[in-house]
Amino acid sequence: MSNAPAIVAAQEPVRRTPIALLDLIRTHRRVTFAFALVAVLFLIALVSPVISPHDPLAVRPDDSYLPPLTPGHVLGTDELGRDLLSRVLWGARVSLPVAFVAVAVGLFAGGLIGLVSGYAGGVADLLLMRFVDALLAFPGLILAIAVVAALGPGLRNAMIAIGIVAVPVYARLVRAVVLQLKQMEFIVATRALGATPLRLVLRHLIPNLLNPIIVQVSLSAGFAILAEATLSFLGLGAQLPTPDWGQMINAGASFLTNDPWLAIVPGAAISITVYSFNLLGDSLRDALDPRLRS
Amino acid sequence: MSFAHLLEVDDIHTHLAVKDGTVRAVDGVSFTIDAGETLGIVGESGSGKSMTALSIMRLLPRSGSIVEGKVTFKGRVLTDLSEDEMEAMRGTEIAMIFQDPMTSLNPVYRIGWQVGEPLRIHRHVDTRKSIVAAVDLLRKAGIPDAPRRVGQFPHMFSGGMRQRAMIAMGLSTSPSLLIADEPTTALDVTIQAQILDLLRTLNRDYGTATILITHNLGVVAGMCDRVIVMYAGRVVEQGRTEDVFARPEHPYTWSLLRSIPRLDADEHEPLKPIDGSPPDMVRLPAGCKFTPRCPFAIGRCAKEEPELLAVRNQLSRCWVTQGGVTLDGAGVG
Repeated sequence: MSNAPAIVAAQEPVRRTPIALLDLIRTHRRVTFAFALVAVLFLIALVSPVISPHDPLAVRPDDSYLPPLTPGHVLGTDELGRDLLSRVLWGARVSLPVAFVAVAVGLFAGGLIGLVSGYAGGVADLLLMRFVDALLAFPGLILAIAVVAALGPGLRNAMIAIGIVAVPVYARLVRAVVLQLKQMEFIVATRALGATPLRLVLRHLIPNLLNPIIVQVSLSAGFAILAEATLSFLGLGAQLPTPDWGQMINAGASFLTNDPWLAIVPGAAISITVYSFNLLGDSLRDALDPRLRS
Repeated sequence: MSFAHLLEVDDIHTHLAVKDGTVRAVDGVSFTIDAGETLGIVGESGSGKSMTALSIMRLLPRSGSIVEGKVTFKGRVLTDLSEDEMEAMRGTEIAMIFQDPMTSLNPVYRIGWQVGEPLRIHRHVDTRKSIVAAVDLLRKAGIPDAPRRVGQFPHMFSGGMRQRAMIAMGLSTSPSLLIADEPTTALDVTIQAQILDLLRTLNRDYGTATILITHNLGVVAGMCDRVIVMYAGRVVEQGRTEDVFARPEHPYTWSLLRSIPRLDADEHEPLKPIDGSPPDMVRLPAGCKFTPRCPFAIGRCAKEEPELLAVRNQLSRCWVTQGGVTLDGAGVG
């Protein structure tokens, strides 16, 4: 084939349109703020052993029920005299990884179901979607509680349970986007270039799914934090003596009348974390909306 | 390499399964195309032109299948190849470009990456080299400032530029055959002319045989050596473009030509639309499928389907012209 436009060296260097980080930060202030909040939370989880003023498990009966702003115990102490600030900081080490793993489980299983369902269609789609519908029929937390009840309490099973609750969300999302993408001509155009179905899915289809998935991951991370706290509150998640937010609320609930901060402090930690993830998901959804992109 | 024609489509029947039956989307289509030639396929929406192209590429939707006939390309029977062998043909020997340039590029990748994709698939070129090659290809496809353009995303390209990028991608592996499925339909008129110009230049400079699918007779007149007119999944007329346009021998072609405006027509001469609508493809009538809309129809037309036979310089599937009658204005009331 000598009549061909063959591969020749370009005279000029290829220039990429740069994506300037500073511009991105300036145009998407909400995303930046939310991202910073989430980053701080992860940082806290990472360095909590270093920054905690006290051992979260150290029992000091003499110092019990100290109110917040007591010198040495900024957020006060609980019924056993354990420092609340230290326990809340250590609690991040439980909640965030659990949320992370649960979301990963949901994303992987649900994403795979959605991908097969949307791409293959037909009987596979029908069967997979009925399975997803069955999962969706249960309220999320009830399903999670049922799964943990079946598997037995503990953090590992809580992660699996919360992951299963997230499966239908990802399956439906990925399937919907794949169905939409299948209508676009670049799918058949890519096949016409000689791409194998596997290459088409991995290199051409999946990158198009990333935007909605990133948004959903941040939103369901918020849900996962809340679900983990709920399971631990019920005694189905983290087991004693692990410092865990849900469990701290459970313990503090008995002292709500006289010493409400025992429950309020971990409650606030949960609220801030869930808010941060939801804000991130929400702002990312706005920022990544293709209709708003220039 | 001793083969009679570059591409030989032999009595292809492609069926589509739909809710209330089977659509015979392509029903016994045969044609050939030689190296360097330009062949036009015209017809209304649903006449089977795109399905013919997708049958050649074996990229039919899941509901569709080739039930009969064979496609031979450079002596190899495409319809007998395994899926792996067919994948090796697509994008190397046969390239295809599509109607809607807005959705035929992947929105998440830079243009250069996409234009270089066939080289990475078939020539195992690395990414950097493929993008360097893309610069050259884009330049050949008439995109100015190509070194900058390869780094941009599809949404930064206009429709015409995207179609140029698609053409560049199609030509990256220097195929012998380019199938262009309505390449200009989604573009405005001045851009249409530019894209057709580009296709003509590439056909001339690289000798790439081109199948141009369109519903625009003007495009065929300006581009194609030969033309095939399709109706209801069948070829109704086939011949050299100048013969078919000068004296159509099928009433459908005749009606199509009378329904387009002409510069040399009388100022007050009204355009003549074709009466009726295309037939229901699930329940086709017996006999010639154009009979209900045909101003020349005779008794035999509704009962027996005519063959595609030589009439004067071309082939026509019509009892009337095969019987020696000349189509002229007299047929219309």
